[in-house]
Amino acid sequence: MQTFKSSREVILGAIRSKLPNQQVEHPGIPVFQRIDSPLKPEFEQHLQQAGGIAHDVRTVAEVEATLMTLHPGAKVVCSAVPEIAGTRRVEKVHDPHELADVDVGVVRAQFGIAETGAIWLTQEDLVVNALAVLSQHLIVLLDPEQIVPDMHEAYRRVRLDETAFGCFMMGPSATADVEATLVHGAQGARSLNIFFLPLA
Amino acid sequence: MSNAKQVDPAKAAELFIIHDQVHEPMHDRFLWATMQRRDAEAAAIPEWEQLRELASKIKEHTLTHLDHYLEEFEANATKRGAHVHWALDAAEHNEIVHSILKDHGVEELIKSKSMLQEECQMTPFLERRGVTVIESDLGERIQQLDGQQPSHIVFPAIHKTRQDVARVFARTVGTDPNNDDPHFLTEVIRNNARPRFLAAGAGMTGGNFAIAETGTFMVCTNEGNADIGASVPPLHIASIGIEKLIPRVEDMGVFLRLLARSAEGSPLTQYSSHFTGPRKGGELHIVLVDNGRSHRLGMPDFWHSLKCIRCGACMNTCPVYRRSGGLAYGATYSGPIGVILDPTFDEFKYSELPFHSTLCGSCSDVCPVKIDISDQIFKWRRVMAKKGYLPLAKRLSFAVAGHVLGHPEEYHAIEKVAGPAMDYAPHFLLYDRSLNPWGRSRELPQIAKQTFRDWYLTNRSEHANVQI
Repeated sequence: MQTFKSSREVILGAIRSKLPNQQVEHPGIPVFQRIDSPLKPEFEQHLQQAGGIAHDVRTVAEVEATLMTLHPGAKVVCSAVPEIAGTRRVEKVHDPHELADVDVGVVRAQFGIAETGAIWLTQEDLVVNALAVLSQHLIVLLDPEQIVPDMHEAYRRVRLDETAFGCFMMGPSATADVEATLVHGAQGARSLNIFFLPLA
Repeated sequence: MSNAKQVDPAKAAELFIIHDQVHEPMHDRFLWATMQRRDAEAAAIPEWEQLRELASKIKEHTLTHLDHYLEEFEANATKRGAHVHWALDAAEHNEIVHSILKDHGVEELIKSKSMLQEECQMTPFLERRGVTVIESDLGERIQQLDGQQPSHIVFPAIHKTRQDVARVFARTVGTDPNNDDPHFLTEVIRNNARPRFLAAGAGMTGGNFAIAETGTFMVCTNEGNADIGASVPPLHIASIGIEKLIPRVEDMGVFLRLLARSAEGSPLTQYSSHFTGPRKGGELHIVLVDNGRSHRLGMPDFWHSLKCIRCGACMNTCPVYRRSGGLAYGATYSGPIGVILDPTFDEFKYSELPFHSTLCGSCSDVCPVKIDISDQIFKWRRVMAKKGYLPLAKRLSFAVAGHVLGHPEEYHAIEKVAGPAMDYAPHFLLYDRSLNPWGRSRELPQIAKQTFRDWYLTNRSEHANVQI
């Protein structure tokens, strides 16, 4: 009598029979020495190289004023942060399709990474993940104290077991698919402005 | 051995080179510039070589414990609410995807770039069954609209000029054929894709890495297109090759520091997204695909190719790839990595690929996971020779060369005669465009008046008794 084997069993069985003889140990990840330089300027420099812009602000009012200057024609400002009211609260959005008309999305990132100029955004920060990519432009609040040196430190900090979606976002959407020419705003946000503002 | 026709990369490359004076030099220039950016990024990181060694060892560790890590990944992804499927081969992958789509009544699908889905030829399979499949990566979309395969695993349309792209869009989207500004062309596809993202019943992605510890998979893009596909339609399906596993979250730091720097000379891609179970309000299916990978794991000379993280650095550095164009390889994977992967799918069809290389070794030097690519190319040549897949011309000349190089006295005799003979050999015989393709865009170097052996015997007489 023929017994049915699932593809799962066949694949795992094939792997077990084909495993290379020599078992290689995991090397472990060492701690890399780093030049002790301030993190914020390094973050800003890499953010700029990635097409993003950083702003030093002291007050929420300053963020709001700059937002209006950067995006004067914005009709729909969808906010996920308590500091900025916006014209639409993301908590009220039930279906990501409702975000199709968002001109500016406003979110807070948990931390930034000096080595790359990237920020870490999760489902909890965005409330609706699509806010990160359907918004024509993005405004991100970041506490300047929350910058880690490199990607190793970044991965020590993230909790992938606690969020369904987390993204290291490095500047706005980009492509170089036509004659290797850099163009911003391929599919996601056309621009990314980061405001250094500690949590209230 | 298949019934498929042998791919002839030299002939296809020749067409790319002689087609005009624009495409091949442009292709060469863009990819070399990418390589130089990669070199600058690598040089700026003191521990770069250490990172390569770590990445290589972590991948070797994972692959030699692959059954364990796959089960761990499956258990954790399932715990988080993902549906995990296993596909033996391309056909089963496509069937699984189709049945998920059918169950959900999906007629339109938007996808991001996935070499695995290319490998499975998923799009034509689904389209034959009435599902509309839209590529959302700009380069992939250009290739889809033009009815071509991607020519590069990172820059799918890098062999096309902006005029080519403008013409494809004019023909297929209806835009102005004379507007070839890359900003305009990018905007065309942004506006073309948005309504399709919103209308699609499902989004598909690949996966750059799958983390066993948490059941997470991650996707790297510059456009954010994978993120739209994963966050807007209610259903997300990801195709992941079983070799994409890595053990722990902590390991990712090593790989992300290497990947985009090697691929395009930037610290990261713009979006490095991590998916652990379905998003709030969504459904997630993961298809783990073997399609020959477990077989490759059992090939002592070739299993290291499974370490590949698909950065494309070997292609950008390869003097043969840069001048041939990716389509010349006639396969899903082109360039040096393609040369060693493609024959594992079909030895006969791709038997010519290992000879489409100078064995210069640059690919092995830049590979971020230290795959011995050029050694494997050489080993594939031996496989092809043993199987009798060499074309007659190569078999005959290799037989003569083998005999002469194995008999020093004959070699020296020929060397003495051949040098001066070059002076008298008609140029057309050596570098005729139809007799010798190598000579078509190259000139022959001057032959030295004295052979190296004669020079050595005269100038290093203390070693004159050494047999050379």
